[in-house]
Amino acid sequence: MNEPAIALSGIAKSFGPVQAIRNASLTIANSEIHALMGENGAGKSTLMRVLAGMFTPDGGSAHVEGRDVTGWDTKAAIAAGVGMVHQHFMLVPTLTVAENVMLGREMTKGVSLDRAGAEDAVRALCERTGLAVDPARRVADLSVGEAQRVEILKVLFRGARILILDEPTAVLSPPEVQELWRVLRTLRANGGTVVLITHKLDEVIDISDTITVMRAGETVGRMATAGTTPSDIARAMVGREVSLAKRVASGVVVPPQATPRFEVRDLSVRGPTRARAVDHVSFTVQAGEIFGIAGVEGNGQTELIEALAGLRSCESGSILLDGRAIQSCVVSERIDLGLAHIPEDRHLRGLVLDYSIADNLIMGRQHQYAGAWSLDGARVAANAGAQVAKFDIRPADATLPARALSGGNQQKIVIARELGGERWPSVILASQPTRGVDVGAIEFIHARLRAARDAGAAVVLVSADLGEVIALSTRVAVMYGGTFVTIVNGDDATPLALGPWMTGAIKSGDAKAGTATAGAA
Amino acid sequence: MSDRAVRWDEALLPPAMALAIALVVGDVLILAFGQSPGHVFGILLEGTWGNAYGFGQTLYKATTLVCTGLAVAIPLRAGLFNIGAESQLAAGGFAAGVAGIVLPAGMPWPLAALVCLVAAAIGGGLVGAVPGALKAKFGASEVIVTIMLNFVVLAFLNWIVAAKLHVPDSLHTAEIAAGGIPRFADFTLAFRGSAANLTLLVALTLAAACWWFLFRTKGGYELRAVGLQPEAAENGGIPLGRTWFRAMLIGGALAGVGGINYVLGYKHYYEEGFGSGTGYMGIAVALVGRNHPAGIVLSALLFATLSQGGLAVNAIVPKQMMEVLQAVVILAVAVSAPEVKRVLRASAKTNA
Amino acid sequence: MRKLLAVLGALLLVHVALLLVRPAGAAVAPTAKRVRIGIVFDLGGRGDKSFNDGAYLGGERARKELGANVTFIEPGDGSDREPGLRLLAAEGNDLVIGVGFIFTDDLNKLAAEYPNTKFGGVDYAVGSDKDGKVIPPPANLAALKFREEEGSFLVGAIAALSGGSKKLGFIGGMDSPLIRKFEAGYTAGVKHVCPDCEVIAQYAGVTPVAFRNPSRGKELALAQYQGGVKVIFHASGSTGLGVFEAARTMDALAIGVDADQFREAPGHVLTSMVKGIDASVFDAIKRVQSGSFQGGVIGFGLAEDGVGYVYDANNKALISDAVRARVEALKREIIAGTIKVPSTT
Repeated sequence: MNEPAIALSGIAKSFGPVQAIRNASLTIANSEIHALMGENGAGKSTLMRVLAGMFTPDGGSAHVEGRDVTGWDTKAAIAAGVGMVHQHFMLVPTLTVAENVMLGREMTKGVSLDRAGAEDAVRALCERTGLAVDPARRVADLSVGEAQRVEILKVLFRGARILILDEPTAVLSPPEVQELWRVLRTLRANGGTVVLITHKLDEVIDISDTITVMRAGETVGRMATAGTTPSDIARAMVGREVSLAKRVASGVVVPPQATPRFEVRDLSVRGPTRARAVDHVSFTVQAGEIFGIAGVEGNGQTELIEALAGLRSCESGSILLDGRAIQSCVVSERIDLGLAHIPEDRHLRGLVLDYSIADNLIMGRQHQYAGAWSLDGARVAANAGAQVAKFDIRPADATLPARALSGGNQQKIVIARELGGERWPSVILASQPTRGVDVGAIEFIHARLRAARDAGAAVVLVSADLGEVIALSTRVAVMYGGTFVTIVNGDDATPLALGPWMTGAIKSGDAKAGTATAGAA
Repeated sequence: MSDRAVRWDEALLPPAMALAIALVVGDVLILAFGQSPGHVFGILLEGTWGNAYGFGQTLYKATTLVCTGLAVAIPLRAGLFNIGAESQLAAGGFAAGVAGIVLPAGMPWPLAALVCLVAAAIGGGLVGAVPGALKAKFGASEVIVTIMLNFVVLAFLNWIVAAKLHVPDSLHTAEIAAGGIPRFADFTLAFRGSAANLTLLVALTLAAACWWFLFRTKGGYELRAVGLQPEAAENGGIPLGRTWFRAMLIGGALAGVGGINYVLGYKHYYEEGFGSGTGYMGIAVALVGRNHPAGIVLSALLFATLSQGGLAVNAIVPKQMMEVLQAVVILAVAVSAPEVKRVLRASAKTNA
Repeated sequence: MRKLLAVLGALLLVHVALLLVRPAGAAVAPTAKRVRIGIVFDLGGRGDKSFNDGAYLGGERARKELGANVTFIEPGDGSDREPGLRLLAAEGNDLVIGVGFIFTDDLNKLAAEYPNTKFGGVDYAVGSDKDGKVIPPPANLAALKFREEEGSFLVGAIAALSGGSKKLGFIGGMDSPLIRKFEAGYTAGVKHVCPDCEVIAQYAGVTPVAFRNPSRGKELALAQYQGGVKVIFHASGSTGLGVFEAARTMDALAIGVDADQFREAPGHVLTSMVKGIDASVFDAIKRVQSGSFQGGVIGFGLAEDGVGYVYDANNKALISDAVRARVEALKREIIAGTIKVPSTT
């Protein structure tokens, strides 16, 4: 058993003209949690997909537990106990948790599916691993965090001993992240090996035993976690010094103005299940202010932002932009009034994945490019060229479909479109702006949001990453159960102070709610 | 707009593959009927591309198919499945026929034909607009609504022709007074007897216009975005309902214009069931043409060839054989498109 | 890419190889100086167990008995009818037949374009000008028309004599002059043998859909049976299937049309008024072969065996010998011209 669990050496892989990995080597010992770090587009996911049998490498060799497995397929990988949990879930929403876990290896009783048996088996696995999900629930009704647990269950159910997780924490709240860490540690204790693809430095320090850093398709460093600092890792990742997301003095609460830039009064919104997802929420955001909304996902943030953006109708209440009521304006009118929206899911709402970068860069502003008979192709291309250069979108070919880009670069397209125009928007709704984005891009996106703020925009920031909310916000609201349970000044916002609010441990009605400067109606 | 250079191999190989498969299946079928494939395919080619009359007939059939193919493709680009080209075609033809009857006899033909064409577009467009509006307003499935409308509209047209407008002992209306579109045979004797007429130019113009609309205009940009990713389009301020409505309206109008091919260009009257099956065949044309106007023109020619060729070889092999062959082409394209893509991508991965 | 091209090449190679296969008995260019006939069916025609199949039988009979070279074409859609006729005419067939009145316009046109080819139109609709004067078909076009009223007259007589009720029913498909002929003959037949009998005549509708609406047929028939009618004669295409169903459930009688419809409701089909499409087609072919072909309206009535009624082992029990003798006598009178059967109501 001295063999390393995984030994990849000199792996190369290209897609058409794009060389995704040129020379990647990776050694992972048995029963360790190994972090694979790097900016988006560095080749982490591709390398892991080679390991999981989804891609055949062009060169190099792969060994799992001493066996040469170069070029195997997913079936063989699963049989050998290598399982991968992807960043984007591959679940059937209409089936239950148990059914999804069983998919492909259904338990049967005679000719019919053994539902009860399946649920029991899944429940047992949940207990063993500490992954808490009700096997009888439909996947469509689960939160993102729960859906991810199902993905992990699915892989474990197939007997994976080597678990590869692609950006697992991108969709989790801090308590959920701790929960996941607990699960991973349990797995390690039971002899499992975990490869964690991530770009979040604090997490890596928190959980991993060893770190491998990739940059531009190559593995550039391997270090033991003990004895490394976040800035060492960051430097290895981007190849230069970076300023990490630390709270920058920005606690200047702008004094209330007669007409605030953005005001929400008594807003109620129904969610997809017709239940009230946003319950009488009121807040104002002044020009030059970032208003952060923290909270565990699924507490109404999505519905709130969609209602503000015009994608979901309001049940009651009003939305005022520079004093003008916009709650009955359609999306395009809101865009024209200077409302920018960075949607939480760039694959669903942010981008038309099959459209080129250039076409995506004009989405929502297409009428500005329309001539009498056609869109002005030259201007569309010029705009694309300028934005690609300004926002360093890679590859720098605006005719590529957005689908072909890495997550970070896709997000840059959205940011460039929303924040890269000639005029700054009046109001920016930024929902999970750095989800699944690498360190370099996070820094960049944060800088853009701050610049917008300084230019006089009112920014509403929703993020599952509490650190991000705290780092950027002038004021922070915590959303729980469809209401703002507390709003605190940015300087007072710490994970410790906000955590109990986020989990509902204290509610605005409690005596401790004295910190709330404004609350739910 | 700036589309990544079209992947020609991905665009052309599936139909080529499908055609090759269909040819071999055709050979086997012909042999099963105890005939010689060489002989039958010889007649088929001779009867379609081999002489001016057959070629004219092929062009005539392709003309309607281009229209119904586009009528399916445009809504499909917006994510809607228009099964209603059948009744939209009939409604367009009917409207053109009625307009032609009403117009004064002395009217110069280009002007009269234009009026009839507009009438056809309105007739078909109305039939297409109903499912579009229901989809936009209530989210009603356009598939179900268009299928039901096919029954309703065709039954209504049959009734109105039979009860009010028909010439005794026939299923057609009176001849149009104005708006007849000249046939090619009027210019060159070679096409004598064939129904091919100037509507072909209308259809080709429409295909070009559809291409321009889809890939060059704001409307097309929005329509395709809605079809590819409605959520993202919505986020970009594109109203889904209005776009769906517009796509169905355009689709219906395109099918409707297809009706003038028969009514103005061929028989000069509306007849019950004149285009039976041509609307449904439009679905196949759009599918095989990959929803691209240029592809649709080519696949319309292919299906027109099979249809006209089927008539030519009907004396020795049953009509059903050609129908099987058309089905094989459709199936083969449906199957080979993703398969070809997979193989191409896989080989790109291993060869690069 | 290379792999796909290889597959493509292989498929084409197989195709080319198969092209060269010539099975024994494959069609070869016609050689002998046999009479050449082309027949175009209507849309979805073959297999209708009536009209188009009748024409097919006539053609097949001519092939066997006269050694004629017969080619059949089934159009794919409405715009295929004329090209079908044209194809056959251009191939140099001696006689080209269109099956169904819908071919009328196309036949007129082609008869003018191919004056040396002979044409036949089953149920050809003879037009009339503004003053109601009949426009005769072109000289090289034979309109194969049936005197349905004569056959209807006989089944009307059978119904009145064997039905056991003074109320007789008639159900037509689409209300049109063609179907009125059936009604007129039927009513005349009933009244001839039973002057105080009453005929209740109803139509399923005014559009062609009325020919394929069995539920409407059943509805009308049930109402008639409940009103005291014992026998219904239908001339309504597949709408009649509903009439037969009603006859079965009400334990009553119905009379079929065009072909022997005994099988639709055994025991409840009194008889059928049959139209000899096969005979008319065969007759036209025979005339072409013998050189006696003439254009114009060719009527097929009782005399020519173009129409008739069914009397065989299946329905013998329902028609007594006396009735049979009476009807045969009527038939002779009609052929002789002593009884004039009206063709309009």
